[in-house]
Order: sequence, then C-alpha cells, then structure tokens
Amino acid sequence: MATLSYREALNQALAEEMERDANVFLMGEEVARYNGAYKVSQGLLEKFGSARVVDTPISELGFAGLGVGAAMVGLRPVIEMMTWNFAILAMDQIVNNAAKIRHMSGGQLRCPIVVRGASGAGGRLSSQHSQCLEAGYVNIPGLKVVAPATPADAKGLLKASIRDDNPVCFFEAELLYGEKGEVPEGEHLVEIGKADVKRAGTDVTLITYSRMLTWTVLPAAEELAKQGISAEVVDLRTLRPLDVETILASVNKTNRVVIVEEAWPHASVGTDVVDLIQREAFDALDAPIGRVTGLDVNMAYAAALEAATQPSVQRVLAAVNQVLYR
Amino acid sequence: MPPSNDVLVTMYRKMVLMRRFEEKAGQAYGQKKIQGFCHLYTGQEAVAVGAIEALRPDDYMMTGYRDHAHPLARGAHPGMIMAELFAKNSGYSKGKGGSMHLFDVEHHWYGGYGIVGGQIPLAAGMAFASKYRNEDRVTVCSFGEAAANQGSFHETLNMAAKWKLPVIYVCENNRYGMGTEVTRVSAQPAMHKRAVGYSMRGEAFDGMDAIASWETFRDAAEYCRKGNGPVLLEAMTYRFRGHSMSDAATYRTKEEVEEAKTKNDPIPRLREVLLKKKIATAAQLDAIDEQQKHICEEAVAFADAAPETGLDELYTDMYVEPGEADVRPRERVLGATDVKWPSYPSGQELKVTWELEPPPVHPRAQKKGAA
Repeated sequence: MATLSYREALNQALAEEMERDANVFLMGEEVARYNGAYKVSQGLLEKFGSARVVDTPISELGFAGLGVGAAMVGLRPVIEMMTWNFAILAMDQIVNNAAKIRHMSGGQLRCPIVVRGASGAGGRLSSQHSQCLEAGYVNIPGLKVVAPATPADAKGLLKASIRDDNPVCFFEAELLYGEKGEVPEGEHLVEIGKADVKRAGTDVTLITYSRMLTWTVLPAAEELAKQGISAEVVDLRTLRPLDVETILASVNKTNRVVIVEEAWPHASVGTDVVDLIQREAFDALDAPIGRVTGLDVNMAYAAALEAATQPSVQRVLAAVNQVLYR
Repeated sequence: MPPSNDVLVTMYRKMVLMRRFEEKAGQAYGQKKIQGFCHLYTGQEAVAVGAIEALRPDDYMMTGYRDHAHPLARGAHPGMIMAELFAKNSGYSKGKGGSMHLFDVEHHWYGGYGIVGGQIPLAAGMAFASKYRNEDRVTVCSFGEAAANQGSFHETLNMAAKWKLPVIYVCENNRYGMGTEVTRVSAQPAMHKRAVGYSMRGEAFDGMDAIASWETFRDAAEYCRKGNGPVLLEAMTYRFRGHSMSDAATYRTKEEVEEAKTKNDPIPRLREVLLKKKIATAAQLDAIDEQQKHICEEAVAFADAAPETGLDELYTDMYVEPGEADVRPRERVLGATDVKWPSYPSGQELKVTWELEPPPVHPRAQKKGAA
C-alpha cells in the first residue's frame, strides 16, 4: 500500500477516472492553472487539457447549473466548489435541478454529476468560511451525500461517486487535505452507502464521519482503551443513504452510543442517526444516546473561541462517561 | 432567405395547433381536470414556431414553465402532453411533472422548469457538451423577460460568451413578469442590449411575426453552428391570457389586451400573408384549422381515458439503479417501437479535441525571457 495524503488520494481518483472515461471533466474556480485552491487538481490541466479541466469565473450558481445541463446529455461533470460555503449560491441548481430532473422527466433523464469541495473549519477563518452544511443536502431526496475521513476512503468514494448515475454531493474536510494514510494500490473503489467500523469494540459505539474521525474520535477511543473501555468506532462515510445495517449491528453489540459531528446540533446528520437508533434499536439501549457536536453558535476568529466551538477529545470522553454512567 | 411556402404553411398549422391546445387546457383547468399552476402560451406562438422550424430536429431545446406549446410543435404526442396536464400515467412524466415540467427527450425537448431562469445555466451545459463532443448541434433556451433579472442569466451569458458555446438564448419578452411590468423593475428593459455587457451578439425581433421569428432563428442558428458563440435574442411578444390560470390580469387594461388580440395576433397575421401571396386558399387554411381542432379534441379524449398513476410509482424515478435504462415515454405509453433515443459516445470512444483556452504562458517565465 502507498501512503498518500487526502489531497493526493483525491487527485489520483480524478486522474484515474478521467483517464478511464473521456466524458468526465472537472470544472470550478482555480482548478486548472492554479492547480486547485487546495491543490487537489494538481497536474490535471497538463494531462487532460483545457476542455476537461476548466477554470471558471466566480459564478457558483452558473457553473453548477452548467454541470447539471452537461450531465443531462451524457457527460459526467465533477464540479469543484472551492468550499461548500460558496455552494450555497449554487444550491438552487443542486436542489431544484440536479435532484429533481429524473423525477420531473418521469425517468427520461439522469444527472450523473459530482459536486465536491472543502467543508468544515479551516483554522481561524471565522464564521463564513467554517461551516458544515452537509445536513441541508442530506435532507434532499434525489441526492447522495458522501463525506470520507481517510485518504483511502476519499479515493475509493470519489471514484464510486464519479461512476454513479445520480447526483452526489461530496464533502471533503479542509483540515484533512494534508493528512496521510495508506491507500490500496490499483483499482480501489468504496461502495456508496456503506459505513465502516474503523475500530472494533464492545463497551460503547462512537458514530462519526469526516474529520472528527481522525482528529477527535479515534484519539478518544485510544484514551478510553487506556482506561479499560473498549470503544467501537463507526465511520458513516456516506450520509445519504445511511448504512442502517452497520449502525444497528454496532448498537446491538455495545448498547451504548455517542454520536460525534463537527456540524451544528440541530437538524443534523446526528439527529437523523438518533432517530434511526431509537426507532430500530430502542430495546438495545442501556443509556440515552450521547451527542457531541459543534456548538450552536457562529464560528469566531479568536483562537480560544474557535477551539471551544468544535468537538474535542475531552468532550467525547465526558459524553462516553455519561452513557456509561461513570 | 425567406422561409419556403412549405415552412410557412407548417408554421401556420403548428401555431393553430398550439392555440387550440391551450384553449383546451384552459377549459380543462376550469373543469378542474388540470390543477395547480398552469401557464398558457396563447399569443406567443410565433416565437416557438419560428425557433422550431428554423432549427434542426436534433438541436436541443428547453424553456421555463410556460412549456406546453413548444414540445407540441416539436412533434410530441398531443394526448400524452394533455395526459401529463391531467396528472395521468400516460403523460410524458407519468403525471409527476405536470404543466410546468414537460419533457420529451425523444424530440430533444429538455423540459420546462419552474424556477425563474433556472434553465439558463442548463442550456449552457448542454451546449458545452455539444462542443466537448465536437457535434454541430445548437441549443435553444427560452425564458421570459423577468428571468433576465436573475443572477443565473448574467452568470451564464458570461461563461457562454467567453467559451463560445453554441447556444441561442431567447428572451420571450411578453412585457409582464407575472403582474410586474418589465420597465418598472428593469434599469435596461431592452433585454437584448444586455448582450453588449458580455460581448455577444444580441438582437430583438417582432415576436408576433412568425416569418421574422423564423428568419431571426435561422440566422442565429447558422451563426452558432459556425462556432461564433452564443446569441441573445429578444422576441417582443405578448401573452393574451393571464400569467397563469389564477391570474385575473388586473395590472393591464382591457384595451391593451384587446388591441394586441385584434391587431397583432400572430396567427391571423400569417394567415393574411398566406392568402395574399396565394400560398394557400382560405378553404385550405380552414381545413387545417379544423384538423388542429380535431387533434386537440382527441388529445383531451386520450387524457380523459388514460389511467391514473398508481402508488406503485411513488418511489420510482428518484435514483438510477445500476444498469437501469431511461424511460422512453412513447414506448411505455403507446408501445411504440420506432423511438429514437439519444445515445452518446462511451468514455473510451470519445476523443476531446476542443481547446477551451490556449496553453498558459507563465507571466514570470515571460518576464524572464524579456529580460
């Protein structure tokens, strides 16, 4: 296995899929000559030319819609949003066109588009640039939503998303681009809709996704192990559709759950998982489900406030203690 | 080059078809067979017919939510359009789309869209795909003058012009965005002039004159097909009915509407030309009128008799499963075996030769060279 950064893994996925299928093109702000605002598209312009790696004006609604139109007539666009904060401007095209075109046309059209970009806190970027907006897309029928945490999953899920015949919103974490991990050599695909048990355990289930996995939840599980508590860590990887089977299997095994997410607490992916568990595994629970989320405030620029806003290992440990009645 | 006699008669026939169809739709709305929003095209027929007859059948076309007439004139099955309006399973979208979302992909009709201006970027994407695949296809995208005040209009025109996309944008200026007269909310109400801001060709034409419409679209299509980039057309037109069926149209005077109907109706205007130039006799045109009336009566009968959409269709058409084919409406509803469905080159067959931008010359490298 090769050790790659998250951004290199994404870059490999793009390069391999563009090599494999000339219908795939990448479009977005700074993707071509600048090699990507986060260098995910490094070297792709040189390899594939200016019609397949396209620098756009700063017109998120416009180029997202352009991608949807291209997808309706057989191309497979990958639309890079520099960050998902800016994709709010494009949400009309994603929600009203991409997610609805197959239904509105009675099955005549399909929309194989991937909209991908950086999400979450970036480090001292204040409120407009530090948001986790995935729940808004998880809410929309017609979309699939993916949020990988490791380089291997980033590569495998991006390849699967590009090959999917439906619109996929692909959430990368801004603070993960430099993180390294092992990525299997050769053709590596990760099926959309499958969670992954990143650490097996018996006493408590920690459910999470994206950056919280490696930054917060796995370190917390390590600390819990030192205290003699065996935590199982479930990485959702796909947020829509949820992998009900893997979630419930873990809950039925440990009987205690803490959900950790960087996003705000209300109407989030976490609340959706809570709903699922209380409906499908109520009798398995030995304690109310615990949650650790970003605080219900706008992100501040000041370092201390920024840190306090986000989930931490300490907050995860406290939540675990609560569900274990320790 | 003026349109041939055949084209003139065809345009007359299709405009009458659109008019009679919309009358039937209006009646059916009154009978509550059609519910929800329903926007009639009555008065604007010359715009659509000029575009459809001047373009190739395989050119891509789309519009906003005033979308019954365009696919009808492109060759869609009238009964299946009416069935869609009646929310029946025999409709083009199984009654899931309704009046605002008519799609007939077989006839390269890419739909009706309910968000004002939302289709404008889609058309650029379809034109982008044509250029990407090195096809000589043109995309025509209609919208109302109110859509020209949306960000989607400005963002897309900029990209379409910069990348020379083969797309004709046609602003069907019927003067009222719902109840708001265009001049009340537009700093530059002559929408074709906005093309200047994007260095693209822009022109206005009499949208109540089918011949002018055909000629304008023919020129624009030729210009686009040659690779000169997009065109913004502004059809000066007028709708004879309210914005939608629920609109009493109190924002304009009865005199204004009457004057347009009596002096500027595109159908009598073309009829007059046909008679004056002795292209057709009054009896021949009356026979055409009668025939279109009959087609629309049959469309209503077809829609009346069509089955309701069952709850088994509730969750279908949401996600494409691996290997799932697209639904071909005429095959599904009528058992047609002659449906020609669009097919695209595979990712291995396709060779992309388009150079969207010249290769970069690094500014620093240039400086070095100069020194």
